[in-house]
Amino acid sequence: MDNTLSFTKPLLETPFHKRTFEACYNNDWYRWAGYKIAREYSNTELEYTSMRNTAGVLDITPMHKYDIKGKDAIKFVDKLVTRDVTQIKPNQVMYIIWCNEDGNVIDDGTVFCFDKNHLRIFCAERNLNWFSDTAIGFDVEVKDVSDSIAALAFQGPLSCKILHLLNVENIENLKPFFFDNFDLNGSKVTISRTGFSGDLGYEIWCNPEEAINVWDSLFKFNRDYKILPAGMNALEMVRIEAGFIQPNADFMSAEQALRPNRMRTPFELGMGWLVDLNKNYFTGKRILNDLKKKPLTKKLVGLDIQGDKPAIGSVLYDKNRKEIGIVTAGMWSPSLKSNIAFGYVDKDHMKIGSKVFAEIYHPEELEYKKIWAECLVVKKQFFNPQRRHKVPADI
Amino acid sequence: MSKSIYDVAIIGGGHNGLTTACYLAKAGLKVVVVEKQSYVGGAAVSREIHPGWTYSNCSYVCSLLRPEIFRDLELSKYGLQIIPYEGSASMLDDGRYYAHYNDHDLTYRSIAQFSKKDAEAYDRFGKDVMRQCKIIKPLLKMTPPDPTSFAPKDIMGLFDFAKFFAAKDELGGLGEKEIYDTIRFWTMSVRDYLEEYFESDIVKAHLAGSAIIGTALGPYSPGSAYVLLHHYMGEVDGTVGAWGYSRGGMGSITKAMAASLEASGGEIKAGSPVNEILIKNNKSYGMVLENGDEIYANKIVSNLDVKRTFLKVVEKKELPEDFYNAVKKFKIRGSSGKLNIALDDLPIWKSIPEGDPAGTGDLHITQSIEEMEGAYDDWKDGRWSSLPYVDMCIPSINDPTMAPQGKHYMSVFVQYVPYNLADGGWTEEKRLEFGKHVMSRIGNYSTNFNDIINHAEIRTPKELEQEVGLTEGNIFQGELTMDQLMFNRPIPGYAQYKTPIKNLYMCGSSTHPGGGVMGAPGANAAREILIDLKKQINTHYI
Repeated sequence: MDNTLSFTKPLLETPFHKRTFEACYNNDWYRWAGYKIAREYSNTELEYTSMRNTAGVLDITPMHKYDIKGKDAIKFVDKLVTRDVTQIKPNQVMYIIWCNEDGNVIDDGTVFCFDKNHLRIFCAERNLNWFSDTAIGFDVEVKDVSDSIAALAFQGPLSCKILHLLNVENIENLKPFFFDNFDLNGSKVTISRTGFSGDLGYEIWCNPEEAINVWDSLFKFNRDYKILPAGMNALEMVRIEAGFIQPNADFMSAEQALRPNRMRTPFELGMGWLVDLNKNYFTGKRILNDLKKKPLTKKLVGLDIQGDKPAIGSVLYDKNRKEIGIVTAGMWSPSLKSNIAFGYVDKDHMKIGSKVFAEIYHPEELEYKKIWAECLVVKKQFFNPQRRHKVPADI
Repeated sequence: MSKSIYDVAIIGGGHNGLTTACYLAKAGLKVVVVEKQSYVGGAAVSREIHPGWTYSNCSYVCSLLRPEIFRDLELSKYGLQIIPYEGSASMLDDGRYYAHYNDHDLTYRSIAQFSKKDAEAYDRFGKDVMRQCKIIKPLLKMTPPDPTSFAPKDIMGLFDFAKFFAAKDELGGLGEKEIYDTIRFWTMSVRDYLEEYFESDIVKAHLAGSAIIGTALGPYSPGSAYVLLHHYMGEVDGTVGAWGYSRGGMGSITKAMAASLEASGGEIKAGSPVNEILIKNNKSYGMVLENGDEIYANKIVSNLDVKRTFLKVVEKKELPEDFYNAVKKFKIRGSSGKLNIALDDLPIWKSIPEGDPAGTGDLHITQSIEEMEGAYDDWKDGRWSSLPYVDMCIPSINDPTMAPQGKHYMSVFVQYVPYNLADGGWTEEKRLEFGKHVMSRIGNYSTNFNDIINHAEIRTPKELEQEVGLTEGNIFQGELTMDQLMFNRPIPGYAQYKTPIKNLYMCGSSTHPGGGVMGAPGANAAREILIDLKKQINTHYI
């Protein structure tokens, strides 16, 4: 990738840019880690639909990628993250979060195990400093390889079928949270059965030189199956339905929050299931051990909201109109025909089935309609179809 | 012969019967649905009658299904997905085509090719129709009040109605002028209504299609404008009037409803035609199935159309004479045919280029309103239209589950086809001839259509009646004309889902607010039954 510093063009172009640029009719670009990524190619509704009906292709090259090499690779990651990764096997992927010493979440991501001496972490935010600090004392080298790997997410119910049609051998038997090396229409690629859509889907990792061939291949059967490039707006929709939270959207990364009270523990984010207090020491363990015993004062929950007006940015109240929290992400879900959101609620309303109220300001012909909507506290994972988990996957 | 006892037994497993059943089961009642076919769905079915292809055998597209029902019954969890349309088009004899798109500017330019004035008028038309849709939306959920009753419930209902029409507040109510507009819209012919906006023949013809689909009216018939409104009052994710495909065909809707019902503890007995509803002292208490099994229930609900319910299943001796006569007079004339065609390739249209999104939604064959009225004239004379109005779509372009790779499924809705032919009833020969007639009309607009037909299912009103049970094959379970809407639907005095027989209810499209895969009649009926049982349920719809 061309990393030349040009002050007239602050944003980098990914190896797919030639194609994403052609496809991005709306010229609507989003800044992601210094790259230009399409926000909307031409129609968010259709791009979203592709990920739920056929398959959508997303350029996720700007994801940060860190190679962890050395004989302590597993030990290092085990110290870094809250889950026990000591049993990770080659070709396995684990979803991970990591915290600071105070038990506040810094970021989430995935870790890929190539072999016991080589792991790779993918994440949304920059983490080289944090990882390097954690690496002190371990026989391990942490290297930012972000710019040397091109990446696409290929998400949707036809994703396996298309890869199968492209003769990606045995792709249907790749299990969720596993990866392998494959030949994709002449390009050597790594494919993992992972993604941010909550549907059947894959992430494809390749050498930047292979990028255009990989991109074009995925659209090869478009006369029969309409595969669309999908932008960040559509990704935002599927990730909310899937119940995936995002740093600096649903919580402030502990590395970036200016105000300490804006930081969140895994328990507050509903990610307690990722915290293994029986494992070896990891960063934040001591505090998390204490916190585990204490009742939470706030928690990020899923909300099923009355009516059809999205509660974006709404303040949440209890039935006595006392302020108890805020909505961090909200949408009308086309798949569920429901008005869904993530929001923080206080200690009295974090149980599934609790009732809270959202004050929604809905713009309507130059006036705001103020809606007082009842919300049911539900699980964050709103959409979770069977096909996502099936092995062999549908071809 | 077995005997079983339920709180509620529903006859007919169409989308409304299933909707009623789901809500009642959610309220904790012991519910059973009996269905004569070996599969549920009524007219919302997907069947693989030609190997490799899934047909939406009857209804074919989705818009009217109330999102609150989708949400309450958790149909997503049970596999239902709606794929929005990307456009629609009418094909012209002169090689041009008239198209609508999701993109407003593209639609403007498409209409402007025919008339710049009409392209602008389309916005005005859209605004006015949208306004009418907003007015009608809350009415769909209402149980129509009985204007002759002094019961508090009816007086309150009428008061709500009146408030609704008379109040001048900006959203709910209508001003004086709008009351006039609304009454005009509900009673006018679609031709007259469209004349007020548009000058171009094709613009009017394209839009008028919605007003005659499933209807034994012509575009010049008073009351046809309402049918257009009926087709516009649905939505896809907030876009009022938008249509979409149900992934896996229309049967996915009823399959999801059936799964939702079973998850709530309800039962389904498929392959169980009902022989008789058991009635004693003017009260229904059960039913006898064709196999002799007896089902007893406190409440019996009929999803069958009003004619089938009271002329075929309930014995005449149980009914008041005036009610019986009113049922006999209920208008439920069949006027539509349906072809389901398996194609070996995509049709190449003479006008619409491949890849144009307009070619992926509903495609009409019509040239003008006059031509459509002529097609209606044929129907009146007891023959299928020589130039039928054809509303077709190829769901497999957008829905990857309907046909093998590279092949396609085409749904062809045909208006008009009579239930009774003037030259002596339907025969197998005439059915095939009708199919050929329609296919040859489509063939005129394509360069390869005739060569890619792999299989065709040809359905006249007779087949729709025999298979689904719709009297005369009328897709709405009764015509959508003012004399049969609101508190007149299906029968004046019986618009509140009740019947002259105690404990016997109706929940099909014969009841308010009428036909289409909407679910509102089913949900409204469930609400009335719950009120009678003094049970409460907390859902988005009820």
